[in-house]
Amino acid sequence: MSTRVFVPCDSSALALGADAIADAIVQEAARRGTSVELVRNGSRGLLWLEPLVEVQTPEGRVGYGNVEVQEVASLFDAGFLTGGAHARSVGVVDEIDYLKRQQRLTFARLGVTDPLSVDDYTAHGGLEGLKAALLMSAEDACQTVLDSGLRGRGGAAFPAGIKWRTVREAKAAQKYIVCNADEGDSGTFSDRLAMEGDPFGLIEGMIIAGVATGATRGYIYVRSEYPHAIAMLNTALGKARAAGWLGERVLGSNHAFELEVAKGAGSYVCGEETALLESLEGKRGIVRAKPPVPALAGLFGQPTVVHNVITLATVPIIFARGAAFYRDFGMGRSRGTLPFQLAGNIKRGGLVELAFGVTLRELVDAFGGGTASGRPVRAVQVGGPLGTYLPESQWDIALDYEAYAAVGAVVGHGGLVVHDDSSNLAELAQYAMHFCAVESCGKCTPCRIGSTRGVEVIARIRNGDTSEKQVQLLRDLCDTMVSGSLCAMGGMTPYPVLSALDHFPEDFGLRPVQPKAAAA
Amino acid sequence: MEHVSAAAPDELVRRHASPGASLLAVLHAIQDETGFVPPEVVAPLARAFNLSRAEVHGVLTYYHHFRTHPPAQVTVALCRAEACRSMGVEALARHIEGRTGCRFDASRDAGGPGEHGAQPVELESVYCLGQCALSPSMTINGALHVKVTPNKFDALFDEARTHAASPLASAKENA
Repeated sequence: MSTRVFVPCDSSALALGADAIADAIVQEAARRGTSVELVRNGSRGLLWLEPLVEVQTPEGRVGYGNVEVQEVASLFDAGFLTGGAHARSVGVVDEIDYLKRQQRLTFARLGVTDPLSVDDYTAHGGLEGLKAALLMSAEDACQTVLDSGLRGRGGAAFPAGIKWRTVREAKAAQKYIVCNADEGDSGTFSDRLAMEGDPFGLIEGMIIAGVATGATRGYIYVRSEYPHAIAMLNTALGKARAAGWLGERVLGSNHAFELEVAKGAGSYVCGEETALLESLEGKRGIVRAKPPVPALAGLFGQPTVVHNVITLATVPIIFARGAAFYRDFGMGRSRGTLPFQLAGNIKRGGLVELAFGVTLRELVDAFGGGTASGRPVRAVQVGGPLGTYLPESQWDIALDYEAYAAVGAVVGHGGLVVHDDSSNLAELAQYAMHFCAVESCGKCTPCRIGSTRGVEVIARIRNGDTSEKQVQLLRDLCDTMVSGSLCAMGGMTPYPVLSALDHFPEDFGLRPVQPKAAAA
Repeated sequence: MEHVSAAAPDELVRRHASPGASLLAVLHAIQDETGFVPPEVVAPLARAFNLSRAEVHGVLTYYHHFRTHPPAQVTVALCRAEACRSMGVEALARHIEGRTGCRFDASRDAGGPGEHGAQPVELESVYCLGQCALSPSMTINGALHVKVTPNKFDALFDEARTHAASPLASAKENA
């Protein structure tokens, strides 16, 4: 009998030579007359171990991390096909603390399955959610999502069930489900892992959303920076169509649903839902004023559910296991789990899915193992480029939408970027304004002009003009952007800027005291 | 590039502007085939979509992904966003500029490559390749690389230049 060997096929592993390793394993096995069955699984999300080669043994799947192609022969010599000891061995993968301590719901199949195998998908719980949803009335299906407490995982955290209900109740000949896979935030990669590692999960979630709301067409808008995710989704869609999940009769039911991938073109602001809809319609990605909300007038003016990848990929397990099962994870009004992404200067970067309520300290220290550089952690930016920089005094706050909002921070999409003590927060603040200037869609003045003025003011302060007048000017500018911008691009760019200024004034050449204390 | 003759724009548009396709999808299809979107396609695209030329031009130039000039023989897209910054990408960027003798985003800042046509090397800043746990990351001619160090860059750059060597020579002759 041949031994099953797993070599991941996600873009991280590929960038680290996984294809060459897979080829070398097959060749080496042939040379030695041994039989191996090669499976190209998704990444486990333990990205610091990539490429992580696994071997099926009676004890479980034994892993070998950071494998390099020239080490393949030595793996065979060490008897890795029976889990033999080798310098690269990381033991049974499911027993690795980093993975074992997670609560993988949305990502239950990540790295376990071959992402493009329908059989593997259904053997691991796939389609159970859709089958359950097809037995419900549309009203009950929307209520299930509402009861689960699922909120939009893209960052805005709007209750998903309310969106579904609004679209379901809207009268229109055509309704749409749109998946926002324009994951442009630095420090985030969970959407990518979902699309590359379990694309059928996202597809199933979108079909369920269609069935529950009466929408018969769906689009997955993927950023052009993710060519591998686009290829994986397109292959998965072809297989889903062939298996009868899509088309006029979804799984033989009376529901129709068609789904296709649309490719973005390198515009950060298209991650904002209304700009995304404009882009999907083939126009410039310019933000729309709301109201009307997309649930009533979305794509081509029709009722549209717009959700982030993770929101939709979480839907199947809610229907498979019930709303109560999902709601029992989490704290306060933040129910369920969030796939946190440990990124930047961190020793063990990767995906950590846990219930809401975990702290930054736990994630960065216990999971992440501190910085990659070995220097002390100085600041952690949570929630992408529009999220705040949190100093050590805030690392024990529970990660929960409301608890973070109470200190002016955002959980966002769950991305954490760690910076060590060599970082300069004033430089990062200036970069935040620069990024806004590069990516602003230009529709509203606070964002379009404010970002450029922001770069200039911060540069002046950094160049030595640390007068109260300059600092006040920066704060006024931030206030204008927060209050006057149409969307989060201009409205939240001040978050990282002000948190840097408030918590790390010394980096701006200002006295290291809290501004309020200075005024008193 | 030279193989895009004067008649090609209409032909390109006719081939890719299928009914129901969005303008963005057609621009992608053209760039995927040609390597860039020749500005000459704006007028036929406007006719095909019943839009003004200004609207098509607006879409074409709004998105960073679309280029209106032929790509360089070696294009480096380096992520300059927060996660990569935390791992020293700015120092790496300076190294890359020194090694290649080019400046990042020079053609974007200048509004195009100018009359000299395609440069042998083009350096682009991009904002996030989604490999934030393995920073810094970049692509060279579309191929993704993570955990990039100055030494790793030098090796990859030399390799890319060697690959590009023969087409580079012929492109220079044509220019």
